[in-house]
Amino acid sequence: MSEKKTVKFIIARQDTPDSAPYEETFEIPYRPNMNVISALMEIRKNPVTDKGQDTTPITWEMNCLEEVCGACSMVINGKPRQSCSALVDQLEQPIRLEPMRTFPVVRDLQVDRSRMFDSLKKVKAWIPIDGTYDLGPGPRMPEKKRQWAYELSKCMTCGVCLEACPNVNSKTNFMGPAIFNQVRLFNAHPTGEMNKAERLNAFMDDGGMQGCGNSQNCVQSCPKGIPITTSIAAVNRDATMQAFRNFFGSDHD
Amino acid sequence: MAGNREFFNRRLHSLLGVIPIGVFLTQHLVVNHFVTGGPDSFEKAAAFMGNLPFRIVLETVIIYLPMLFHAIYGLYIVFTAKSNVKNFGFFRNWLYVIQRITGVITLIFIAWHVWQTRVADALGTADVSYEMMHNILSSPVMFVFYLVGILSAIFHFANGLWSFLVSWGITVSPRSQVISTYVTIGIFVILSIVGIQTLIAFVS
Repeated sequence: MSEKKTVKFIIARQDTPDSAPYEETFEIPYRPNMNVISALMEIRKNPVTDKGQDTTPITWEMNCLEEVCGACSMVINGKPRQSCSALVDQLEQPIRLEPMRTFPVVRDLQVDRSRMFDSLKKVKAWIPIDGTYDLGPGPRMPEKKRQWAYELSKCMTCGVCLEACPNVNSKTNFMGPAIFNQVRLFNAHPTGEMNKAERLNAFMDDGGMQGCGNSQNCVQSCPKGIPITTSIAAVNRDATMQAFRNFFGSDHD
Repeated sequence: MAGNREFFNRRLHSLLGVIPIGVFLTQHLVVNHFVTGGPDSFEKAAAFMGNLPFRIVLETVIIYLPMLFHAIYGLYIVFTAKSNVKNFGFFRNWLYVIQRITGVITLIFIAWHVWQTRVADALGTADVSYEMMHNILSSPVMFVFYLVGILSAIFHFANGLWSFLVSWGITVSPRSQVISTYVTIGIFVILSIVGIQTLIAFVS
Protein backbone atom coordinates (compact mmCIF):
# COMPACT_ATOMS: atom_id res chain seq x y z
CA MET A 1 0.00 0.00 0.00
CA SER A 2 1.41 3.34 -1.02
CA GLU A 3 -0.23 6.63 -0.09
CA LYS A 4 -3.64 6.56 1.55
CA LYS A 5 -6.50 7.20 -0.88
CA THR A 6 -9.18 9.69 0.13
CA VAL A 7 -12.57 10.82 -1.10
CA LYS A 8 -13.43 14.50 -1.25
CA PHE A 9 -16.94 15.82 -0.66
CA ILE A 10 -18.28 19.35 -1.08
CA ILE A 11 -21.51 19.45 0.87
CA ALA A 12 -24.18 22.17 1.00
CA ARG A 13 -25.03 22.99 4.60
CA GLN A 14 -27.99 24.91 5.95
CA ASP A 15 -28.60 25.26 9.67
CA THR A 16 -32.28 26.17 9.72
CA PRO A 17 -35.07 26.25 7.10
CA ASP A 18 -34.66 30.04 6.77
CA SER A 19 -30.92 30.53 7.09
CA ALA A 20 -28.56 30.96 4.14
CA PRO A 21 -26.86 27.86 2.76
CA TYR A 22 -23.07 27.51 2.77
CA GLU A 23 -20.58 24.89 1.67
CA GLU A 24 -18.19 22.71 3.59
CA THR A 25 -15.52 20.40 2.22
CA PHE A 26 -14.70 17.05 3.75
CA GLU A 27 -11.97 14.55 2.96
CA ILE A 28 -12.38 11.03 4.26
CA PRO A 29 -10.38 7.83 3.81
CA TYR A 30 -11.41 5.71 0.85
CA ARG A 31 -12.86 2.26 1.39
CA PRO A 32 -13.87 -0.12 -1.40
CA ASN A 33 -17.58 -0.17 -2.38
CA MET A 34 -18.49 3.02 -0.54
CA ASN A 35 -21.78 4.71 -1.29
CA VAL A 36 -22.67 8.30 -0.48
CA ILE A 37 -24.51 7.25 2.69
CA SER A 38 -21.56 5.29 4.07
CA ALA A 39 -19.41 8.35 3.39
CA LEU A 40 -21.89 10.60 5.22
CA MET A 41 -21.82 8.14 8.13
CA GLU A 42 -18.03 8.29 8.12
CA ILE A 43 -18.16 12.10 8.30
CA ARG A 44 -20.74 11.89 11.09
CA LYS A 45 -18.30 9.85 13.22
CA ASN A 46 -15.88 12.73 13.21
CA PRO A 47 -17.34 15.91 11.74
CA VAL A 48 -14.18 17.83 10.86
CA THR A 49 -13.77 19.72 7.57
CA ASP A 50 -10.74 19.29 5.31
CA LYS A 51 -9.24 22.40 6.93
CA GLY A 52 -9.38 20.66 10.31
CA GLN A 53 -12.25 22.73 11.69
CA ASP A 54 -14.81 21.09 13.93
CA THR A 55 -18.35 21.31 12.60
CA THR A 56 -21.78 19.83 13.21
CA PRO A 57 -22.65 16.40 11.80
CA ILE A 58 -24.52 16.52 8.51
CA THR A 59 -28.26 15.95 8.57
CA TRP A 60 -29.84 13.75 5.92
CA GLU A 61 -32.67 11.28 5.68
CA MET A 62 -32.39 7.58 4.96
CA ASN A 63 -34.38 4.48 5.56
CA CYS A 64 -34.33 1.36 3.40
CA LEU A 65 -30.79 1.67 1.95
CA GLU A 66 -31.85 -0.30 -1.14
CA GLU A 67 -33.52 2.34 -3.33
CA VAL A 68 -37.14 1.50 -2.59
CA CYS A 69 -38.15 4.08 0.03
CA GLY A 70 -37.05 7.32 -1.63
CA ALA A 71 -36.09 9.04 1.63
CA CYS A 72 -32.38 9.57 0.89
CA SER A 73 -32.86 11.52 -2.36
CA MET A 74 -30.48 14.43 -2.83
CA VAL A 75 -28.68 16.24 -5.62
CA ILE A 76 -25.40 14.44 -6.25
CA ASN A 77 -23.04 16.12 -8.73
CA GLY A 78 -25.95 18.12 -10.11
CA LYS A 79 -28.33 15.17 -10.55
CA PRO A 80 -31.13 14.28 -8.15
CA ARG A 81 -30.95 10.62 -7.11
CA GLN A 82 -30.88 8.32 -4.11
CA SER A 83 -27.68 8.54 -2.09
CA CYS A 84 -27.90 4.85 -1.09
CA SER A 85 -27.43 3.69 -4.67
CA ALA A 86 -24.88 6.39 -5.53
CA LEU A 87 -21.58 4.50 -5.48
CA VAL A 88 -18.47 6.55 -4.78
CA ASP A 89 -16.46 4.56 -7.34
CA GLN A 90 -18.82 5.70 -10.09
CA LEU A 91 -18.84 9.39 -9.16
CA GLU A 92 -16.56 12.13 -10.31
CA GLN A 93 -14.63 13.79 -7.48
CA PRO A 94 -15.00 16.06 -5.66
CA ILE A 95 -18.49 14.75 -5.01
CA ARG A 96 -20.95 17.60 -4.57
CA LEU A 97 -23.98 17.01 -2.38
CA GLU A 98 -26.91 19.41 -2.24
CA PRO A 99 -30.49 19.13 -0.99
CA MET A 100 -33.33 18.95 -3.54
CA ARG A 101 -34.16 22.65 -3.30
CA THR A 102 -37.47 22.24 -5.11
CA PHE A 103 -38.66 21.21 -1.65
CA PRO A 104 -38.34 23.25 1.54
CA VAL A 105 -34.97 22.47 3.12
CA VAL A 106 -35.28 21.35 6.74
CA ARG A 107 -31.58 21.18 7.46
CA ASP A 108 -28.47 20.40 5.38
CA LEU A 109 -29.51 17.64 2.95
CA GLN A 110 -32.88 16.95 4.55
CA VAL A 111 -35.93 18.26 2.73
CA ASP A 112 -39.64 18.24 3.43
CA ARG A 113 -41.49 16.28 0.73
CA SER A 114 -44.95 16.88 2.23
CA ARG A 115 -46.21 18.63 -0.88
CA MET A 116 -46.15 15.34 -2.77
CA PHE A 117 -48.19 13.56 -0.11
CA ASP A 118 -50.61 16.49 0.07
CA SER A 119 -51.06 16.23 -3.71
CA LEU A 120 -51.72 12.50 -3.48
CA LYS A 121 -54.44 13.23 -0.91
CA LYS A 122 -55.98 15.88 -3.15
CA VAL A 123 -56.22 13.55 -6.15
CA LYS A 124 -57.48 10.66 -3.99
CA ALA A 125 -54.59 8.38 -4.89
CA TRP A 126 -55.98 5.37 -3.04
CA ILE A 127 -58.57 2.63 -3.51
CA PRO A 128 -61.63 3.30 -1.33
CA ILE A 129 -62.74 -0.03 0.11
CA ASP A 130 -63.97 0.95 3.56
CA GLY A 131 -67.70 0.84 4.20
CA THR A 132 -70.19 0.19 6.94
CA TYR A 133 -70.72 -3.37 5.71
CA ASP A 134 -68.65 -6.00 3.93
CA LEU A 135 -68.45 -4.98 0.28
CA GLY A 136 -67.31 -8.43 -0.79
CA PRO A 137 -64.44 -9.16 -3.14
CA GLY A 138 -63.74 -6.59 -5.84
CA PRO A 139 -63.39 -7.36 -9.55
CA ARG A 140 -60.38 -9.47 -10.59
CA MET A 141 -57.44 -7.84 -12.29
CA PRO A 142 -56.00 -9.69 -15.29
CA GLU A 143 -52.48 -10.95 -14.57
CA LYS A 144 -51.05 -9.15 -17.58
CA LYS A 145 -52.49 -5.86 -16.41
CA ARG A 146 -51.23 -6.50 -12.88
CA GLN A 147 -47.70 -6.91 -14.18
CA TRP A 148 -48.00 -3.67 -16.13
CA ALA A 149 -49.48 -1.81 -13.15
CA TYR A 150 -46.68 -3.15 -10.95
CA GLU A 151 -44.21 -1.04 -12.94
CA LEU A 152 -46.27 2.10 -12.25
CA SER A 153 -46.57 1.14 -8.57
CA LYS A 154 -42.78 1.28 -8.15
CA CYS A 155 -43.05 5.03 -7.51
CA MET A 156 -41.62 5.73 -4.06
CA THR A 157 -42.53 9.44 -3.97
CA CYS A 158 -38.82 10.21 -3.80
CA GLY A 159 -39.22 13.62 -5.45
CA VAL A 160 -36.50 13.20 -8.09
CA CYS A 161 -38.92 13.90 -10.95
CA LEU A 162 -40.15 17.08 -9.26
CA GLU A 163 -36.57 18.22 -8.77
CA ALA A 164 -35.81 17.55 -12.46
CA CYS A 165 -38.97 19.25 -13.70
CA PRO A 166 -38.60 22.87 -14.92
CA ASN A 167 -42.24 23.52 -14.07
CA VAL A 168 -42.20 22.54 -10.41
CA ASN A 169 -41.08 25.74 -8.71
CA SER A 170 -42.22 28.57 -6.51
CA LYS A 171 -43.89 30.36 -9.44
CA THR A 172 -46.52 27.68 -10.03
CA ASN A 173 -48.50 25.25 -7.97
CA PHE A 174 -48.14 22.41 -10.49
CA MET A 175 -48.28 19.10 -8.60
CA GLY A 176 -45.46 17.52 -10.57
CA PRO A 177 -44.86 14.45 -12.74
CA ALA A 178 -45.21 11.74 -10.07
CA ILE A 179 -48.86 12.56 -9.48
CA PHE A 180 -49.84 11.78 -13.09
CA ASN A 181 -48.43 8.31 -12.64
CA GLN A 182 -50.32 7.71 -9.40
CA VAL A 183 -53.61 8.91 -10.87
CA ARG A 184 -53.09 6.54 -13.80
CA LEU A 185 -52.18 3.66 -11.49
CA PHE A 186 -55.27 3.99 -9.31
CA ASN A 187 -57.55 4.67 -12.27
CA ALA A 188 -56.28 1.46 -13.87
CA HIS A 189 -57.13 -0.66 -10.83
CA PRO A 190 -60.47 -2.49 -11.32
CA THR A 191 -61.83 -1.16 -8.01
CA GLY A 192 -60.06 2.20 -8.23
CA GLU A 193 -61.59 2.70 -11.66
CA MET A 194 -64.97 3.16 -9.97
CA ASN A 195 -63.73 6.58 -8.74
CA LYS A 196 -61.90 7.51 -11.92
CA ALA A 197 -63.95 10.65 -12.63
CA GLU A 198 -63.50 11.89 -9.06
CA ARG A 199 -59.71 11.52 -9.28
CA LEU A 200 -59.52 13.18 -12.71
CA ASN A 201 -61.70 16.11 -11.65
CA ALA A 202 -59.57 16.68 -8.55
CA PHE A 203 -56.41 16.57 -10.68
CA MET A 204 -57.91 18.96 -13.26
CA ASP A 205 -58.53 21.56 -10.55
CA ASP A 206 -56.29 24.64 -10.45
CA GLY A 207 -52.78 23.76 -9.34
CA GLY A 208 -53.12 20.18 -10.47
CA MET A 209 -52.01 18.81 -13.80
CA GLN A 210 -51.90 21.90 -16.05
CA GLY A 211 -48.31 22.96 -15.43
CA CYS A 212 -46.69 20.19 -17.50
CA GLY A 213 -44.60 21.67 -20.33
CA ASN A 214 -43.42 18.38 -21.84
CA SER A 215 -39.71 18.78 -21.14
CA GLN A 216 -39.73 15.06 -20.32
CA ASN A 217 -36.92 15.37 -17.77
CA CYS A 218 -39.00 13.27 -15.38
CA VAL A 219 -38.89 10.07 -17.39
CA GLN A 220 -35.15 10.51 -17.95
CA SER A 221 -34.49 11.04 -14.24
CA CYS A 222 -36.82 8.49 -12.61
CA PRO A 223 -34.64 6.04 -10.64
CA LYS A 224 -37.28 3.31 -11.00
CA GLY A 225 -37.59 3.65 -14.77
CA ILE A 226 -41.32 4.43 -14.56
CA PRO A 227 -42.77 5.51 -17.94
CA ILE A 228 -43.88 8.85 -16.46
CA THR A 229 -44.35 10.68 -19.76
CA THR A 230 -46.55 7.85 -21.02
CA SER A 231 -48.60 8.23 -17.83
CA ILE A 232 -48.77 12.00 -18.39
CA ALA A 233 -50.08 11.61 -21.93
CA ALA A 234 -52.49 8.86 -20.85
CA VAL A 235 -53.91 11.02 -18.05
CA ASN A 236 -54.06 13.96 -20.47
CA ARG A 237 -56.20 11.80 -22.77
CA ASP A 238 -58.49 10.77 -19.89
CA ALA A 239 -58.73 14.41 -18.77
CA THR A 240 -59.70 15.45 -22.31
CA MET A 241 -62.55 12.93 -22.31
CA GLN A 242 -63.53 13.89 -18.76
CA ALA A 243 -63.64 17.58 -19.73
CA PHE A 244 -65.95 16.78 -22.65
CA ARG A 245 -68.17 14.67 -20.38
CA ASN A 246 -68.28 17.46 -17.80
CA PHE A 247 -69.19 20.06 -20.38
CA PHE A 248 -71.62 18.22 -22.61
CA GLY A 249 -72.96 15.87 -19.95
CA SER A 250 -73.00 12.11 -20.10
CA ASP A 251 -75.55 9.47 -19.18
CA HIS A 252 -72.85 7.35 -17.56
CA ASP A 253 -70.10 8.24 -15.04
CA MET B 1 -62.99 22.35 -5.55
CA ALA B 2 -60.61 25.06 -6.61
CA GLY B 3 -62.20 25.44 -10.03
CA ASN B 4 -60.58 24.42 -13.28
CA ARG B 5 -60.06 27.68 -15.12
CA GLU B 6 -56.35 26.93 -15.39
CA PHE B 7 -57.07 23.62 -17.08
CA PHE B 8 -59.39 25.32 -19.56
CA ASN B 9 -56.94 28.14 -20.30
CA ARG B 10 -54.01 25.79 -20.78
CA ARG B 11 -55.92 23.48 -23.11
CA LEU B 12 -57.32 26.46 -25.03
CA HIS B 13 -53.79 27.86 -25.38
CA SER B 14 -52.60 24.53 -26.76
CA LEU B 15 -55.53 24.22 -29.17
CA LEU B 16 -55.37 27.80 -30.47
CA GLY B 17 -51.68 27.37 -31.28
CA VAL B 18 -52.62 24.72 -33.85
CA ILE B 19 -56.14 25.78 -34.84
CA PRO B 20 -56.37 28.47 -36.08
CA ILE B 21 -52.87 29.98 -35.58
CA GLY B 22 -50.84 27.09 -36.98
CA VAL B 23 -53.23 26.71 -39.90
CA PHE B 24 -53.07 30.44 -40.58
CA LEU B 25 -49.24 30.43 -40.40
CA THR B 26 -49.09 27.65 -43.01
CA GLN B 27 -51.61 29.41 -45.23
CA HIS B 28 -49.75 32.73 -44.90
CA LEU B 29 -46.41 31.14 -45.82
CA VAL B 30 -47.95 29.30 -48.77
CA VAL B 31 -49.81 32.33 -50.16
CA ASN B 32 -46.70 34.53 -49.85
CA HIS B 33 -44.75 31.84 -51.70
CA PHE B 34 -46.55 33.07 -54.84
CA VAL B 35 -43.85 35.71 -54.97
CA THR B 36 -41.45 33.10 -56.35
CA GLY B 37 -43.57 33.31 -59.53
CA GLY B 38 -42.88 37.03 -59.84
CA PRO B 39 -44.34 40.25 -58.36
CA ASP B 40 -47.57 39.99 -60.39
CA SER B 41 -48.22 36.50 -59.15
CA PHE B 42 -47.82 37.75 -55.55
CA GLU B 43 -50.04 40.80 -56.09
CA LYS B 44 -52.80 38.58 -57.52
CA ALA B 45 -52.67 36.18 -54.54
CA ALA B 46 -52.45 39.04 -52.02
CA ALA B 47 -55.38 40.80 -53.68
CA PHE B 48 -57.46 37.62 -53.45
CA MET B 49 -56.71 37.26 -49.72
CA GLY B 50 -57.16 40.99 -49.10
CA ASN B 51 -60.52 41.06 -50.86
CA LEU B 52 -62.06 38.09 -49.08
CA PRO B 53 -65.57 38.91 -47.89
CA PHE B 54 -66.01 39.72 -44.18
CA ARG B 55 -62.26 40.29 -44.06
CA ILE B 56 -62.19 42.13 -40.74
CA VAL B 57 -64.36 39.44 -39.11
CA LEU B 58 -62.15 36.67 -40.48
CA GLU B 59 -59.03 38.48 -39.30
CA THR B 60 -60.43 39.11 -35.84
CA VAL B 61 -61.76 35.62 -35.23
CA ILE B 62 -59.02 33.62 -36.93
CA ILE B 63 -55.98 35.79 -36.31
CA TYR B 64 -56.19 38.64 -33.79
CA LEU B 65 -58.12 37.16 -30.87
CA PRO B 66 -56.50 33.68 -30.90
CA MET B 67 -53.04 35.22 -31.24
CA LEU B 68 -53.62 37.71 -28.45
CA PHE B 69 -54.75 34.98 -26.08
CA HIS B 70 -51.95 32.63 -27.14
CA ALA B 71 -49.35 35.38 -26.75
CA ILE B 72 -50.47 36.69 -23.38
CA TYR B 73 -51.06 33.29 -21.79
CA GLY B 74 -47.86 32.06 -23.46
CA LEU B 75 -45.84 34.79 -21.76
CA TYR B 76 -47.31 33.70 -18.44
CA ILE B 77 -46.22 30.11 -19.18
CA VAL B 78 -42.71 31.33 -20.06
CA PHE B 79 -42.44 33.17 -16.74
CA THR B 80 -43.50 30.14 -14.74
CA ALA B 81 -40.73 27.98 -16.23
CA LYS B 82 -37.40 27.57 -14.49
CA SER B 83 -35.04 26.31 -17.15
CA ASN B 84 -32.53 23.68 -16.08
CA VAL B 85 -30.81 22.52 -19.27
CA LYS B 86 -27.44 22.94 -17.57
CA ASN B 87 -28.05 19.93 -15.35
CA PHE B 88 -30.56 18.15 -17.57
CA GLY B 89 -29.29 18.47 -21.14
CA PHE B 90 -31.79 16.08 -22.69
CA PHE B 91 -33.08 16.57 -26.25
CA ARG B 92 -36.66 17.27 -25.16
CA ASN B 93 -35.53 19.61 -22.40
CA TRP B 94 -33.62 21.66 -24.98
CA LEU B 95 -36.66 21.77 -27.23
CA TYR B 96 -38.68 22.83 -24.17
CA VAL B 97 -36.38 25.82 -23.64
CA ILE B 98 -36.16 26.68 -27.35
CA GLN B 99 -39.97 26.51 -27.54
CA ARG B 100 -40.17 29.26 -24.93
CA ILE B 101 -37.40 31.37 -26.49
CA THR B 102 -38.86 31.12 -30.01
CA GLY B 103 -42.27 31.96 -28.56
CA VAL B 104 -40.98 35.27 -27.24
CA ILE B 105 -39.02 36.02 -30.44
CA THR B 106 -42.11 35.20 -32.51
CA LEU B 107 -44.24 37.52 -30.37
CA ILE B 108 -41.80 40.41 -30.90
CA PHE B 109 -41.52 39.64 -34.61
CA ILE B 110 -45.27 39.37 -35.18
CA ALA B 111 -45.96 42.59 -33.27
CA TRP B 112 -43.47 44.40 -35.49
CA HIS B 113 -44.62 42.65 -38.66
CA VAL B 114 -48.31 43.46 -38.06
CA TRP B 115 -47.48 47.08 -37.20
CA GLN B 116 -45.32 47.48 -40.30
CA THR B 117 -47.77 45.92 -42.75
CA ARG B 118 -51.40 45.50 -41.64
CA VAL B 119 -51.60 48.46 -39.24
CA ALA B 120 -49.73 50.74 -41.65
CA ASP B 121 -52.19 49.70 -44.34
CA ALA B 122 -55.19 50.35 -42.09
CA LEU B 123 -53.84 53.78 -41.14
CA GLY B 124 -53.33 54.50 -44.80
CA THR B 125 -49.62 55.24 -44.41
CA ALA B 126 -48.62 52.40 -46.68
CA ASP B 127 -50.07 49.82 -49.08
CA VAL B 128 -49.38 46.15 -48.61
CA SER B 129 -47.73 45.19 -51.88
CA TYR B 130 -44.72 43.53 -53.43
CA GLU B 131 -43.08 46.95 -53.47
CA MET B 132 -43.53 47.33 -49.70
CA MET B 133 -42.03 43.94 -48.83
CA HIS B 134 -39.25 44.43 -51.37
CA ASN B 135 -38.30 47.72 -49.71
CA ILE B 136 -38.47 46.31 -46.19
CA LEU B 137 -36.41 43.22 -46.99
CA SER B 138 -33.82 45.12 -49.00
CA SER B 139 -32.38 46.28 -45.69
CA PRO B 140 -30.00 43.52 -44.51
CA VAL B 141 -31.00 44.14 -40.89
CA MET B 142 -34.68 43.65 -41.65
CA PHE B 143 -33.91 40.63 -43.83
CA VAL B 144 -32.15 38.94 -40.91
CA PHE B 145 -34.94 40.03 -38.54
CA TYR B 146 -37.57 38.50 -40.82
CA LEU B 147 -35.48 35.35 -41.32
CA VAL B 148 -35.09 34.82 -37.56
CA GLY B 149 -38.74 35.73 -36.94
CA ILE B 150 -40.08 33.35 -39.58
CA LEU B 151 -37.84 30.46 -38.51
CA SER B 152 -38.82 31.03 -34.86
CA ALA B 153 -42.49 31.02 -35.74
CA ILE B 154 -42.14 27.82 -37.77
CA PHE B 155 -40.13 26.07 -35.05
CA HIS B 156 -42.62 27.19 -32.42
CA PHE B 157 -45.47 25.83 -34.51
CA ALA B 158 -43.81 22.50 -35.38
CA ASN B 159 -42.65 21.75 -31.84
CA GLY B 160 -45.89 23.12 -30.45
CA LEU B 161 -47.77 20.68 -32.63
CA TRP B 162 -45.78 17.88 -31.01
CA SER B 163 -46.69 19.11 -27.50
CA PHE B 164 -50.29 19.64 -28.57
CA LEU B 165 -50.49 15.95 -29.47
CA VAL B 166 -49.16 15.01 -26.02
CA SER B 167 -51.19 17.58 -24.07
CA TRP B 168 -54.46 16.40 -25.57
CA GLY B 169 -53.50 12.76 -25.14
CA ILE B 170 -53.38 11.94 -28.85
CA THR B 171 -49.82 10.56 -28.84
CA VAL B 172 -49.51 8.50 -25.65
CA SER B 173 -46.98 5.73 -26.27
CA PRO B 174 -43.25 6.50 -26.52
CA ARG B 175 -43.22 5.18 -30.09
CA SER B 176 -46.04 7.48 -31.17
CA GLN B 177 -44.16 10.40 -29.62
CA VAL B 178 -41.00 9.47 -31.52
CA ILE B 179 -42.93 9.24 -34.80
CA SER B 180 -44.57 12.61 -34.16
CA THR B 181 -41.11 14.04 -33.43
CA TYR B 182 -40.00 13.02 -36.93
CA VAL B 183 -43.22 14.29 -38.50
CA THR B 184 -42.89 17.67 -36.80
CA ILE B 185 -39.22 17.92 -37.80
CA GLY B 186 -40.41 17.32 -41.37
CA ILE B 187 -43.00 20.09 -41.01
CA PHE B 188 -40.32 22.44 -39.68
CA VAL B 189 -37.97 21.70 -42.61
CA ILE B 190 -40.64 21.99 -45.30
CA LEU B 191 -42.19 25.22 -43.99
CA SER B 192 -38.70 26.68 -43.46
CA ILE B 193 -37.85 26.04 -47.11
CA VAL B 194 -41.13 27.69 -48.16
CA GLY B 195 -40.42 30.70 -45.92
CA ILE B 196 -36.79 31.17 -46.95
CA GLN B 197 -37.61 30.86 -50.67
CA THR B 198 -40.26 33.55 -50.21
CA LEU B 199 -37.86 35.90 -48.42
CA ILE B 200 -35.22 35.45 -51.13
CA ALA B 201 -37.78 35.97 -53.89
CA PHE B 202 -38.81 39.32 -52.37
CA VAL B 203 -35.31 40.74 -52.67
CA SER B 204 -34.16 39.19 -55.95
